[in-house]
Amino acid sequence: MTNPNGRFGIHGGQYIPETLMNAVIELEEAYNHYKNDPAFNRELTALLNEYANRPSRLYYAERMTKNLGGAKIYLKREDLNHTGAHKINNVLGQALLAKKMGKTRLIAETGAGQHGVATATAAALLDMECVVFMGEEDTVRQALNVYRMRLLGAEVVSVKSGTRTLKDAVSEAMREWTNRIADTHYCLGSVMGPHPFPTIVRDFQAVISKEIKAQMLEKEGRLPDAVIACVGGGSNAIGSFYHFINDKDVRLIGCEAAGRGIDTFETAATISTGRLGIFHGMKSYFCQDKHGQIAPVYSISAGLDYPGVGPEHAHLHDTGRAEYVAVTDDEAVNAFEVLSKTEGIIPAIESAHAVAYALKLAPTLDKDKIIVITISGRGDKDCAAIARYRGEDIYE
Amino acid sequence: MSNIAKAFQNGKAFIPFITCGDPDLATTAAAVRAMAQNGADLIELGIPFSDPTAEGPVIQAANIRALSGGADTDKIFDLVRELRRDVRVPMVFMTYANVVYSYGAEKFISICREINIDGLILPDIPFEEKEEFSEICRRYDVDLISLIAPTSANRIGMIAKEAEGFIYLVSSLGVTGVRSEITTDLGAIVKVIRENTDIPCAIGFGISTPEQAKQMAAIADGAIVGSAIVRLLEQYGTEAPAHIGAYVCQMKEAVGSVS
Repeated sequence: MTNPNGRFGIHGGQYIPETLMNAVIELEEAYNHYKNDPAFNRELTALLNEYANRPSRLYYAERMTKNLGGAKIYLKREDLNHTGAHKINNVLGQALLAKKMGKTRLIAETGAGQHGVATATAAALLDMECVVFMGEEDTVRQALNVYRMRLLGAEVVSVKSGTRTLKDAVSEAMREWTNRIADTHYCLGSVMGPHPFPTIVRDFQAVISKEIKAQMLEKEGRLPDAVIACVGGGSNAIGSFYHFINDKDVRLIGCEAAGRGIDTFETAATISTGRLGIFHGMKSYFCQDKHGQIAPVYSISAGLDYPGVGPEHAHLHDTGRAEYVAVTDDEAVNAFEVLSKTEGIIPAIESAHAVAYALKLAPTLDKDKIIVITISGRGDKDCAAIARYRGEDIYE
Repeated sequence: MSNIAKAFQNGKAFIPFITCGDPDLATTAAAVRAMAQNGADLIELGIPFSDPTAEGPVIQAANIRALSGGADTDKIFDLVRELRRDVRVPMVFMTYANVVYSYGAEKFISICREINIDGLILPDIPFEEKEEFSEICRRYDVDLISLIAPTSANRIGMIAKEAEGFIYLVSSLGVTGVRSEITTDLGAIVKVIRENTDIPCAIGFGISTPEQAKQMAAIADGAIVGSAIVRLLEQYGTEAPAHIGAYVCQMKEAVGSVS
């Protein structure tokens, strides 16, 4: 899918300050070397299996399937990974790569805190220094994750610029990287930013679809009819889609955060409401005003609260290979409760956006159809916020 | 000779930067005139962007003040049209790629030519991505300015060979902002630049005092100052233009004393 210059169709590229160019070139060269290195891959696979608890389960959600009365529903349980989300897949890969490159310090951005926690975890494991940038607003929404990162030995920098959310955390991490490159790797958490990050992160997350495919063939003897995942930057979604891209009969459905609705300004649904632009190192779709100022986006989910989308998703949208739908806060909160009550699985509010669309889709499909929902993370971190959304005055 | 080349004809050049619309466009107009009258050789006009990833806290805050004050691309074009009635000093725009891309690069650059903007600095457009913009810039005779950084190493020659207007040499790692000390071996970088091109080279990032400007002018063809001027706007607001004039006068005197 990737052109040599890091393009996915017209999207992608390397729109970054000259100061960072040699750093991304060095990263690309190191990645191209290690991705085919048997020793590196043995080490990474051992970490993923022994430490992060892979492969994750593909679970048949029988009660949910019966209640909805349509397609058979499977859940890809990334919430069961160590640290509670898919983020660890990418972080272990990048941290190991950084270590091979001789870097001793990891920096990262985080929204909901899951990527920050995963990075802090890998840094602790591999004995590296770690600094995580998190929007001030998100440090309040996700206070527990801030504590987890500190407990793991990371420094958490509360970002007070701009809208004080994920996009500002990314900007601040980029600024810090231009300031200190020699010993520092920027462990980017999603399939975004300048080349080679969208490719590297995708490759490390592609383990999700590789496993879904094998597990589905084993359980059902065939491929699923649809794979559904939530999309902020889009890392769990591209990971869930990747090995199905050439299987044209498998529908790939990305669920964006509509916030209070795509007809309002309080939304983060980039593909539904954004237009082509250049930001954070890449050409892709962005929520922006008519003068190209990046819009202050909103979603109940701190992890989907980002004004852009990864370039490969933008390309899959352009070619029609994947479908992108918008899911509101209300729908996601409802799905959060439905999955908890019917399957005893509390999903991350991010993942609940994918569940919400499945609740609509499954009843419209025949019983012999199969859909897979990626549960990208666990929802413990969201319980207090959802309780408040429902009017209960709970604080962590 | 391009208009930008003329900026380097009066001894070593002093190049001040200002964010347009901080705190309002009338103050920007007065500040630009004060710069021109006090010896600025080239003026860098920043078009504010919501998320200026190459800027330190001082210029970030200026971008927010300007956007909150209602500055936008069209109003800034009007400001330049008005300034061009009497200001002859070469001027360039400094902004982020999305501001140009979103406006329509061809439309944006054609207006630059029409209002006599001589160049364009886009800090998030490195060598590898420049063709998309430089091809249009060449057609409208607007120089797309290339940046070279302390980390450019083996890339310096390649960038210098294709550079137009002047080369913006970034003095230090990190974002814009005042620094007490600049430790990069800039002389070595300038030497490689000189081996590859004849166009002038100005140093920016971290310069605030006449002494620093003098040191930079001794190494290269000019010094660029942003954050120190923006600080005057932060401090004096609409009263800043007089202070900016005095500051520019002092800085031009410092760089002008270097042969």
